[in-house]
Amino acid sequence: MAVDGSLAGRTFPATAPYPVSEERVAEFATATGSQYDGGAAPVTFPIVVAFKAMLALMEDPTVGIELHRVVHGEQRFRYTRPVVAGDVLTATLTVDSLRQIGGADIIGTRSEIVDANGDHVVTAHAVLVHSGEPA
Amino acid sequence: MTTFEVGAALPAREFTVTRADLVRYAGASGDRNPIHWSERVATSVGLPGVIAHGMFTMALAARALDDWAGGPGRVREMGCKFTKPVVVPDDDTGVVVRVAGTVKAVEDDTVSVTLEVTCGGEKVLGMPRAVLVRG
Repeated sequence: MAVDGSLAGRTFPATAPYPVSEERVAEFATATGSQYDGGAAPVTFPIVVAFKAMLALMEDPTVGIELHRVVHGEQRFRYTRPVVAGDVLTATLTVDSLRQIGGADIIGTRSEIVDANGDHVVTAHAVLVHSGEPA
Repeated sequence: MTTFEVGAALPAREFTVTRADLVRYAGASGDRNPIHWSERVATSVGLPGVIAHGMFTMALAARALDDWAGGPGRVREMGCKFTKPVVVPDDDTGVVVRVAGTVKAVEDDTVSVTLEVTCGGEKVLGMPRAVLVRG
């Protein structure tokens, strides 16, 4: 089932505030073999927060996405400053674009991630490819 | 100390990826999509088998970047497409992901790098690139 065309341009509610702890960053760094000295979190760590925003999109029953039919097509991070422990981050996802190609939905998303003061930390752009039912 | 000169090569790195790594990454990232742990679900949606999270492969590329740059916190932009899945066999050997790169531009305070991320000699990330802050 293709997702609804009205999805394009839609902004979803901000995710619940996510407190960044040293423990969680260390767990992520260990899982990816990355350096972590208590300072800047690994480059791709904000996906943890962005993914919560993407899950809210993918699990919204009005959108019509099935998680196991989703493949990540593209990802980009643009930082204002690194993420550090002590940050409390929220992500607000907007669907920037929606195209249908060969029965698949190509969903371009942008998650703006800000700190407790509302100051920009990092923007995470993700393209999600949602394949239709097998023929 | 890393020298930032146009044309400079990042030393190639090789990372072995096993199913255990994917389970650890699923926990650390919150991405529990079954295509990253269930052969049955992965093949049911047309994949050749269990595949690595694209974000896990990207995290390995970021790890190589951070190591090369002398530590985390210097990457201001990073992006890629996920062009070819990294299929991870159900054994203790796993697969090898190789990360190499080249300095493409040096500005007053930033360095632009293009990467080449391969598995079995084939590119698995499309146009992976990053911008780092110098010094």
